[in-house]
Parts: sequence; C-alpha cells; structure tokens
Amino acid sequence: MNRENRITWINRLLLPVLNVLTAFAVTAVVFWLIDVNPLEAAEILLYGAFGYEEGIGYTIYYTTNFIFTGLAVAVAFHAGLFNIGGEGQAYIGGLGAGLAIFMLDPTLGAWLFIPASIIGALLFGALWALIPAYLQAYRGSHIVITTIMFNFLAASLMVYLMVHVLREMGQMTPQSELFPTNAWMPFVHDVAAGMGYSIEASPLNLSVLLALVCAVAVWFFLWQTRWGYAIRATGKNSTAAVYGGIKPKRVIIVAMCISGALAGLVSINELVGYQHRLVMDFHLGYGFGGIAVALMGRNHPVGIIVAALLFGTLYQGGAELAFEMSGVSRDIVVVMQGLVILFCGALEYMYRPWLIRTLAPVTQQTSAAGVTV
Amino acid sequence: MKLTKITMALAAGAVVLTASIAQADISPAVVYDKAGKFDKSFNEAVFNGVKRFTADTGISVREVEPTNDAQVEQGLKKLAKRGSSPIVAVGFSQANAVSAAAQAYPDSKFTLIDMVVPEANVQNVVFRAQEGSFLVGALAAMKSETGTVGYVGAMDIPLLAVFGCGYEQGAKHINANINVLHSFIGSTGAAFANPSKGGEVARSQFESGADVVFAAAGSSGVGVIQTAADMGKLAIGVDSNQNYLQPGTVLTSMVKRVGEAAYQSYAAEQNGTWKPGFVSMGLAEGGVDWALDEHNRGLVTADMEAKVNALKAAIIAGELSVHDYMSDNTCNY
Repeated sequence: MNRENRITWINRLLLPVLNVLTAFAVTAVVFWLIDVNPLEAAEILLYGAFGYEEGIGYTIYYTTNFIFTGLAVAVAFHAGLFNIGGEGQAYIGGLGAGLAIFMLDPTLGAWLFIPASIIGALLFGALWALIPAYLQAYRGSHIVITTIMFNFLAASLMVYLMVHVLREMGQMTPQSELFPTNAWMPFVHDVAAGMGYSIEASPLNLSVLLALVCAVAVWFFLWQTRWGYAIRATGKNSTAAVYGGIKPKRVIIVAMCISGALAGLVSINELVGYQHRLVMDFHLGYGFGGIAVALMGRNHPVGIIVAALLFGTLYQGGAELAFEMSGVSRDIVVVMQGLVILFCGALEYMYRPWLIRTLAPVTQQTSAAGVTV
Repeated sequence: MKLTKITMALAAGAVVLTASIAQADISPAVVYDKAGKFDKSFNEAVFNGVKRFTADTGISVREVEPTNDAQVEQGLKKLAKRGSSPIVAVGFSQANAVSAAAQAYPDSKFTLIDMVVPEANVQNVVFRAQEGSFLVGALAAMKSETGTVGYVGAMDIPLLAVFGCGYEQGAKHINANINVLHSFIGSTGAAFANPSKGGEVARSQFESGADVVFAAAGSSGVGVIQTAADMGKLAIGVDSNQNYLQPGTVLTSMVKRVGEAAYQSYAAEQNGTWKPGFVSMGLAEGGVDWALDEHNRGLVTADMEAKVNALKAAIIAGELSVHDYMSDNTCNY
C-alpha cells in the first residue's frame, strides 16, 4: 500500500474507530466515578441493544431516524452548508405526511397511502428548507442562523395546528386522530408473521428499507450525477465552481431542498410507521443527532449507516441501562452521546498527526514526489 | 364531574394505611413523563409521593424516565412484563402508550394521571384544577386594588386553559367588573422551564395594571414570582405549595396533589382496594386546594380567609359549580 492509500485509510477507518473507542474509555471512567461497574454496564447496554429480538427492533428503529437525518446533514454539508434545521424539517415533514393521509379517502389501499405520505413528507420537509436556502442564496442570510430559527417557527406552527386545527375532538392531548389502518407502514414483525416467521413485536417498520434506499440514492446522486458533482464542487470552492459553469445559488437551493426532504422522512418512521397519528415533538433529538452522525460518518452514506447504528445502539441500550441499574439516570445516554460527539467532532484529528507519523511516515521517495497531507 | 365513591374509598384507605404496617407485598412502579422526575413541579410532586410511600412502607418503587414516545410504551410494557403493579403513568401524554400496554398486559394494573383511557385495568386520575383555580382567582380579586388581575400559562393547551378559565370565574365571582389578563409564555414544552421569559410576561401584565398574577407554568412560574417580588406586586404559585419561595409576595398557591394520587394508588393496591375506572380529585378529595401557611399569613386577612373557605365549602357541597373548560372547549360560564 502506498502512502497516499494509507492516509486515506487512516482518515476513513482508523481515526473514527479510535475516536469512538476513546469516547467509550472516558465513558467507562464516568461510570466508575458514579460507582457503576463499567463492564457490567457495557454488558447490559449491548444486551439491551442486541441481546433479544425486541431490543434489536428498537435499535434499528432508532437507527432509521438517524440515517435519515444523517443523510440530510451530509447532503447539505457537501454543498458547504451547515443545515441545523433538521429538527424543524422533520417536524414539518410529519405535517406533510399527515395532511397527505387525511386528504385521501380512507378506503383506498396502502399502495396509494404510503407513497402519498412519503411524498407529503418529502415535499413539506423540502419546503421548510427552501426558505432558509433562498435567504442564503439570494439574500446572504446565514444558513445556520435561519435554519435554527426555522426550528422554532416549526415548533410554534405545529403547536398551533395541533391544538387548534388538527386535534382529535374530545381529546385533551394535542394529537390528531388515528391514521386509517391502510395508511400504516407495515411493522417488520407483521411482515415476518405473514411469511411464517415469528419475531417479537417492536416499533421497527419497513421505513428502514426506505432509509437504506435513500442511502444508496444519496451515494448515487452525489458521486454519479452531474448535480452531485455541482454540489460537491460548490462545497469545495464555490468561486472555482463558477468557472466550471456551476451556479452556486441554484446549487444551494437544490442541496437544501434535498436535505430538508430527507429530514422530513423521519416522520415516515415515527408517525406512519409507529405512532400512526400526528403527535407533538416526535422529532426531538433526531435532527441534532443527525449532525453528529454525519460528522462521524464522514458525510458518506456507508459511514452514516454505521454511525446511525451506533447512535441507535446508545439510545436503546442506554434506555435499558437506565431501566436495569438504579444508579444510572437516563441522562447518562446524553453524556455518552456528548463524549462521542466531542471525540468524533471537536477532537476529530487529535490522533491524526501521530498516526501518520507512525503508520505512514514521509520517506525520501514520497517527499520528493511532493505528496502533501 | 362528580365526586365518586371510589375516591372516597381510596382516600379512606390511605388514611387507614398510614397507621398500619405490614400489608400485601406489592411491586409498584412509576413512569414519569418526558420532562423527567426533577422538574421542580409536576413530575417532582409525583416523585415526592413515591418517596413518601417508600419511606412509609419500606417498599421500593421501580422508576422509569423515558426520553421519547417509543420509550414510554416500552417502559410500561417492560414493567408489566417484569410483574410490576400498579404502574403509575404520569401525565396526559402517556395515554396512547398506557392504552397499548394495558391491552397487551390485561393482568397488570395501571394508574394514569391527568388523562382518561377506557381500559378494564386502568385507573384514571384526573384533577378538577378549575376548582382550585376558582378559589385563588377569588382571592386575587379580593386582594386586587387596581381591578386587574393576570393569568400566565406556559402554553396554549387545553390543560392550562382549565386553570385560566377557573381563575377568571373565581375573580368575576367576587368582582363582576374585574379585568382578567391571559398570557402564554411560549409554544413548546420549553415554556414550562423558562423562568426569565415567565418573568418578562408577568412584567408586561403588571405594567398593564395587574397587581396579582397567577402562573401555571412549571418552573417558569418561579420567574413570575421573582418579578412580582422585584416590582412589589403579588403572585400566585401552582402545583406545589410555593408560598415559601418569596414570603410576602406569594399570595397563595393552587396546590395540585399529584403525588397524593400516586401514593393512594399504591396504598390501595396494598390494601386490596385498587379499582379501575375514573377517579376525579377536586377540592372535596383534597386533590386540589389553596395554600395558607405562615409565609402568606400576613397577606390574607381573616375576612378573606373566611370568604375563600366559604366558597370552597360551597363548591364541595355542590352549591357552586365551576365550569370545566374541557367539557366544551370554551370558557363560557
């Protein structure tokens, strides 16, 4: 393997793995400090996430959400845009999915409902990202500021709609009435039962397949199409991209709309797949979690799936941990996530100089060739 | 809503129980809502009830603090699977999950606070917050010199409209011409935990002429009370007795004893008197009340105390009925 290849592998594989291991090591110290045996905690966490069918179901269910938001952040990131608005886009995507379902005749078949709800979620998610995108592209308002503000606008709009317009009559909880059963995304355990296998019930539904399809589509789009090239070129250097005939303003709009649409799909997993009605705050945490997932996954769909699985594991295993050990509060999950983000995001390159010195040292030959790191 | 016999039986059961010791061995549990058990307000009141039960009986209570909706249902079902009963579910947002868990585990007992689910193994405890709010509204009107009083809710949801509506009725009962201001702090769950914004909203009400403000806003209410103290006005606390926070400023507190509901549910199970169905806790059952202690003694004259207690007696006796916002989603009384 030549030096350049080694550096690529250090960046892609070794660094993220080392960073995650460091985060876990620090977590172990935290556990030890609060008088919890770290090994026992790790065992409960892993058993909770992968030890039995229901646990696995929950883990993949959470993973599905993180794949959607991770991909959303990554697409914007490739265009050089930091989309913090995943929360709001997911929330409004839920509105789109719900409205699409309520507008259709309840007697229609699932073949119509499910695509309609997906289109609704995509459209509304994209719409919620379009406005900040327009403001960034044509008015120069910074995307980080506007997308954050749009999270609050989404929350206010949804509370208003849930309380005054969409609330089920005679219900105090701000939630809509149940979607017609035809509109439910099938549960994996139901599908398995239909095929003769019996597995434990969990919220896991076929949205996970949609997430995987999206991952492949994002890869294809970014690296195999002209638009994807335009997005990546703009992200690397928008001034240079202009000389290549690329219009950065248009790229910003397209990248943000795709990003928002992907975030909107969280609602397919949460609402169409599991809760089967419009509820408040179903999106909380996934939009922001997606940022960490994209960072960890190096903005590549494969990395994002792996990072999403890690976050899904922490969610489900962490809940199990808080359930089983009285000394562990639910906030420990947040601590673990925080440490993962710290070491994978903020201290991303901590080990890099050392790794490169030891594993890919500069030799006479390579330095003569002028390879830069 | 009417006084039910079940509640009477429950209350009586609890009184008997505190005196006796060894009872049936039970393994109770509680699932808090997403705000977590240390929210200084609603969940914490339940937590205090749970703690008191453990202290009184030595029976430990299994606790779950979910962070999302999927975990609520997961937690309820897992507790049921492990044989916990009764399982107290805190807050209206758990209704769907309780319904699903109750169907999946028909032999387990669930107690749902603040909401109603029609299942055969669910006890639903709701509070007639309008009754307690009526009393503090009446007291506010008696105390007000400007003829304007205020209500600050965390967000515009029916649950909090009940408080505001009861408060307005109480104030108008004393002074038909009184002006009642209604404001909300925000539109997300965060509005329950934003004392500085709570303070700002209260300030605008005080500047509009109000001299007594009632806050039903979780820990944001602390900001309302602080602002009242800074401006030399009066505030009314909620859920827990908050009179001690600013003696001389907190006129009274509208106490909602959610911890009592959890305690009584466990105690009833221990006694063998736990029953599914509908339990409504108002003034008569001690579920809600107004708070008078050494911290607000100086603000409430003997005459006011007598008047408020007379109103309370009238509501308990059924001579005075307080309109429930949730019965028709309006505040026309």
